[in-house]
Amino acid sequence: MYAPDFAYYRADSVAEIGRLLRKHPGAKLLAGGHSLIPLLKLRLAAPPALIDIGRIGELKGISVADGRLRIGALTTHAQIAASSEVAAHAPALAAAAGVIGDPAVRNRGTIGGNVAHADPASDLPTVLLALGASFAVATDDGERAIPAGGFFQDMMTTALGEHDIVTAVDVPTAPEGQGQAYEKFSHPASRYAVIGAAAAVGLTGGKVGRVVVTLGGLVPAAIRAGSVEQALSGQAPSADAIADAAAAVSNDLGPDLIGDIYASAEYRRAMAPVCVKRALTAALKRASSVAEAPAARSPWWKPSWL
Amino acid sequence: MAQVSITVNGKQRTGDVEPRLLLVHFLREQLDLTGTHVGCDTSQCGACTVLVDGRSAKSCTIFAVQADGSEVTTIEGLADGDNLHPLQDGFWEEHGLQCGYCTPGMILSAVTLLEDNPSPSEEQIREGLDGNFCRCTGYQHIVNAVQNAAAGRA
Ligand SMILES: Cc1cc2nc3c(=O)[nH]c(=O)nc-3n(C[C@H](O)[C@H](O)[C@H](O)COP(=O)(O)OP(=O)(O)OC[C@H]3O[C@@H](n4cnc5c(N)ncnc54)[C@H](O)[C@@H]3O)c2cc1C
Ligand code: FES
Ligand code: FES
Repeated sequence: MYAPDFAYYRADSVAEIGRLLRKHPGAKLLAGGHSLIPLLKLRLAAPPALIDIGRIGELKGISVADGRLRIGALTTHAQIAASSEVAAHAPALAAAAGVIGDPAVRNRGTIGGNVAHADPASDLPTVLLALGASFAVATDDGERAIPAGGFFQDMMTTALGEHDIVTAVDVPTAPEGQGQAYEKFSHPASRYAVIGAAAAVGLTGGKVGRVVVTLGGLVPAAIRAGSVEQALSGQAPSADAIADAAAAVSNDLGPDLIGDIYASAEYRRAMAPVCVKRALTAALKRASSVAEAPAARSPWWKPSWL
Repeated sequence: MAQVSITVNGKQRTGDVEPRLLLVHFLREQLDLTGTHVGCDTSQCGACTVLVDGRSAKSCTIFAVQADGSEVTTIEGLADGDNLHPLQDGFWEEHGLQCGYCTPGMILSAVTLLEDNPSPSEEQIREGLDGNFCRCTGYQHIVNAVQNAAAGRA
């Protein structure tokens, strides 16, 4: 399959991306290309020009300072999954990056492209919402920070304006004693998320303190599961309390769930509490044993042929 | 048209390409390196896997212009003269292929897998080859082939 014809430009700096965007109306950025190229090949998009940002060094890399992890927009999923800093300070993000697609997809796809594309079946929006991340954005007249809570607006729709460039993702480092987890039900062919659930939980005096639960995959854009959070907050974290809280997720799911030939909306609705329960159980286990190393890739569902 | 210069299997290759030309078509049609296959053409099957700057990548999901200035390794560049690469030996010894369509992609994915983890468990091999589909072998012999190569390298 061939992409529709386009003019190709290559930017060497963020400033140059801005200039090229203003000069070529309708141009799209090309980062890892692992969402955009499939769309072009299917002729679901036909931008007149692509601006290749893939070589810009200032957009790559991971650093920790002032209680936050800063991840450059062009950092690949594989680099995030392999980073000891991310494993230490945002273990749920490391886990989510490590279950994206397959190894070759993770070698090319970038965090900036993933959030800008905002595919409902993506993993990173769900986990970044749970961790209270915010996005550093270069605009026509400067810079701004957009919190994840206001960023993901609808299916493939974000708060980004036409000329906005995501330059970095800022993730608060996990507070002492917080347990994090990401649980994914993968599509057997593409491995995109059928359902993804993220949890970040703290324990105080044996009771659940601050708890954040988010869901993606089955909704147009990642959401907080407020009913689950409320049901669990202040409880002793017994298996029953976790299961009861997870069941409350039905109140957080609107009427319009995503369904396809592989997994219907009804099926996803029924599976959501299971996914939430597993995320909460894993996060609470880590909260109660802070010394425990972050879990490696552990999808709880695998295609039968593997 | 755009000029690209890509080091393919150690040799610098240049060409004039349409920006929309995929890397896999540059390799197959302009360089005649037909060992890299197109299976699904939708980024899922891994038949088109090559190494770009040393890491496995799906060449059906990369424009040739993106690889400009990079080093690309295809199945044709893996053997050292008449000496097969340990993974090629492993596939030979363990009957890791039947029709062979998936094999070049399997082997190049396995190169990155073994580089990241020189002695993987069976589970880790299956995870590392998650993006490569085989319609013939049922995978067990492919896993054995990678284990054979890992043992040979150790
Ligand atoms: C087979 C396959 C399986 C996959 N499975 C998963 C999965 O399980 N989970 C998952 O989360 N994802 C999955 N993906 C998607 C993958 O994570 C993509 O890499 C990611 O969604 C897009 O990142 P990219 O760098 O490839 O962006 P591109 O494809 O280059 O760009 C995507 C969009 O974002 C825009 N953009 C890119 N960078 C920026 C920036 N810095 N600022 C503003 N806009 C920008 C582009 O203009 C474009 O519109 C899969 C992809 C494939 C091909
Ligand atoms: S042909 Fe590239 S992944 Fe199938
Ligand atoms: S050997 Fe035939 S597809 Fe794998």
